[in-house]
Amino acid sequence: MIRARALTKAYPAKPSGELLAVAGIDLDVAPGESFGILGANGAGKSTTMRMIGATLQRTSGELTILGRDPIHEGPLIRAHLGVVPQQDTLDTDLTVRENLLTYGRYFGLPRSQLRPRIEELLDFTQLQDKRDAKVDSLSGGMKRRLTIARSLINEPSMLLLDEPTTGLDPQARHILWDRLFHLRETGVTLILTTHYMDEAEQLCERLVVMDDGRIVAEGAPAELIRRYSSREVVEVRFGAQRNAEVVPHLQGIGDRLELLPDRILIYTDTGESDLQEIVARGHMPITALVRRASLEDVFLRLTGRSLEDA
Amino acid sequence: MIVQALTTSAAVAIAERRAGRPDAGIRSGRAHTLIERNVLALRTSNTISFLSGFVEPVIFLLAFGYGVGALVGTVSYAGIDASYAAFVAPALLAASAMNGAIFDSTFNVFFKMHFMRVYQAMMSTSLGPLDVALGEIGWAMIRGAAYAVGFLAVMTVAGLATTWWALLLIPAAMLIAFAFASIGMSLTSLMSSFQQLNWLQFVLLPLFLFSGTFFPITAYPEWLQVLVTMTPLWQAVALTRNLAFGVIDLSTLGHVLYFAAIAIVGLYATTRRLDALFLR
Amino acid sequence: MSISAPPSFRVAEYRLRNMWKWRNAIIAFGLGNPVLYLVSIGLGVGTLINANSPDGVEGVPYLVFLAPALLAIAAIQAGQDEVAFPTLSGFIWQRLFVGMRATSLTGGQIADGVLLAAFVRILFTTLTYWLVLWLFGAVDAGSALPLITVSTFAGLCWGGLTLALTARVTDEGGYIALMWRLVIMPMFLFSGTFYPLTNLPIALQWIGWISPLWHATELGRWLSYGAPLPVWQATISIGYLAALGLAGLLLGRRFFEGRLTT
Repeated sequence: MIRARALTKAYPAKPSGELLAVAGIDLDVAPGESFGILGANGAGKSTTMRMIGATLQRTSGELTILGRDPIHEGPLIRAHLGVVPQQDTLDTDLTVRENLLTYGRYFGLPRSQLRPRIEELLDFTQLQDKRDAKVDSLSGGMKRRLTIARSLINEPSMLLLDEPTTGLDPQARHILWDRLFHLRETGVTLILTTHYMDEAEQLCERLVVMDDGRIVAEGAPAELIRRYSSREVVEVRFGAQRNAEVVPHLQGIGDRLELLPDRILIYTDTGESDLQEIVARGHMPITALVRRASLEDVFLRLTGRSLEDA
Repeated sequence: MIVQALTTSAAVAIAERRAGRPDAGIRSGRAHTLIERNVLALRTSNTISFLSGFVEPVIFLLAFGYGVGALVGTVSYAGIDASYAAFVAPALLAASAMNGAIFDSTFNVFFKMHFMRVYQAMMSTSLGPLDVALGEIGWAMIRGAAYAVGFLAVMTVAGLATTWWALLLIPAAMLIAFAFASIGMSLTSLMSSFQQLNWLQFVLLPLFLFSGTFFPITAYPEWLQVLVTMTPLWQAVALTRNLAFGVIDLSTLGHVLYFAAIAIVGLYATTRRLDALFLR
Repeated sequence: MSISAPPSFRVAEYRLRNMWKWRNAIIAFGLGNPVLYLVSIGLGVGTLINANSPDGVEGVPYLVFLAPALLAIAAIQAGQDEVAFPTLSGFIWQRLFVGMRATSLTGGQIADGVLLAAFVRILFTTLTYWLVLWLFGAVDAGSALPLITVSTFAGLCWGGLTLALTARVTDEGGYIALMWRLVIMPMFLFSGTFYPLTNLPIALQWIGWISPLWHATELGRWLSYGAPLPVWQATISIGYLAALGLAGLLLGRRFFEGRLTT
């Protein structure tokens, strides 16, 4: 579906020179795959998405979407795509139903075809009750669902979701994930960017980690965790002042040790016994937690930054 | 089925039919879908603001045509002695076409562009920048035409439309509105804040007051007259006044060509700019 | 113990600082607008009128007839702008009033402050605009004090009215544009400003009678070139303007406080 080689995007930057938002990436996405781009804000995710969506031209490199070059066949490529942008672009002058209708009309679809399609999509996104409501009166979660319904109006073979759940409360996120999971099962190709690790683990079969415009790792979530992290992580806190003092006394425990401003992370395969060892050495943590390694740890390892503060 | 993976959807079939045309990258031939959108929006929102556009030229006609007209008496134009109301009415029609088109293509377009991000959504479908430009400018034209029809009805009732040529005021108003909207939208696409748009008002008011709208430009010194005849509202007023007075000659064609040229330049600039903003 | 300024002065001070930032736009629009009308209608159309009626309008040249009306328009426009925009901004766009109400300021004091700042702006506008009129020979030097006073007064009264009207607006969508098209413009055009009110058909003259602008213009013409005005009519005009302004201010204070406490 997507093939990119040495893809770059440069923006002119002040005072002189340019900013490389995407600095030479290679991507391959197969039909039916659900593919994630993970990274902190400013890593180049949205820029990559817009290039794939044929609404932003690359600076150099190769890019084909469905075998076509977006520079020459933009409108045709966009007819294949469903796009859920990071910020809502819903038409606030119109009602929910009218939003779906006009968007379908932009693709040239006849009203007779759109009418049953709209009903189907309102059902799918659970917005039937709100069909005649104006967009402004919808909650954030409903607006996102409407955006997803809108992106499906042209029966796309590939769906691009840029940070689909950013800014939503946990309940709204879960509803949205459930809908996206349904879509995945229908065989549509899903491309999504996110900076939420749990989202990536839930929805992506395969993902790339982007940092500073480059791809720093690629693989299935479980595979990445295996490759870049140990099986378990021990998180201990001794208080912001003492964490650094304690570190030298913990040498030899676990495979690797990471000092963060508020806690110490110990990567290991034997969490419980390592925690006992710490206490046995006479260091009583204020709080302690043994958990399974996650993509968060992969990201920390690869970029040296926690996603939360990035 | 929610998604039709890997089979050709209707939207793709439609896009494929257009692919390969020389203008396929900028135009899908669906500018009318923007007009449909604006009609829907008018029903759901914006109704009063649309309707109030009909009122403006009428109250100016009442105040100037009759109130001031009683002081002025008759005005001589193109060798015809006319009432002051008959003199200002066609000018007010031209001015309302300008105002309606400019308001729509500046404030409304700016709001859609930067706050509602409507064009961003449109550009992620298979629409092209020329569709969006044509659709929005075409809508402003329809709006201008609607005001012109309303005002022509008022003129007829008031006995100010005395020749059949006056019917041509409607296409004239459409052409004027289209040209002003194409300039308005291209300027708006260059602006980054509402304040900049406010300064546009500072251009419109002098145009409105000094383009021969309320008094013949023979009141100016020679050099100033030449300058004024080059400005768009004077061209519009000259066109509409000549039609209303039944004075049709080569200059009529000149005015039409003037606006056709502006429309093409504005459309070209708007398309280029939309492409740069949303597709590059 | 030191004497401290009334709380509403703090609001007015903030408003004036804000105005200072927009001084270029204020001067350009506040003065440009009436000056353009002065040249176009006063001189341009005036030439047509003076040619048609050598005795002028009401016995004076058209420009002299028009001048007091333009001055009143400038004052009322300043009052409108300087009350409507800050009020919408304070309640809807930037919601600064909400923050102010959280301090020791009451809604009434905020309303007072907005009007006070508008007063300064109106006074500035009428002063400079009177000067422009004088340079054009449209008013006598002796008319300065009475004309400026009465126009400023009219602008302030309109500002008070606007305070009450705008305080109730919840959806700003097109409010300013609609006010302009459906209230201000008709008022400018049908208040005997550009021609004597009696030129209008009687069915439209009532617009003038209820229009603060007509009352201000009649007073202005009397003060500027001695247009005949019976004492009873002058009294009614002054009373009417004062009543509108005061009612607007009192209601405005209540609306402000009500809106900021619920």
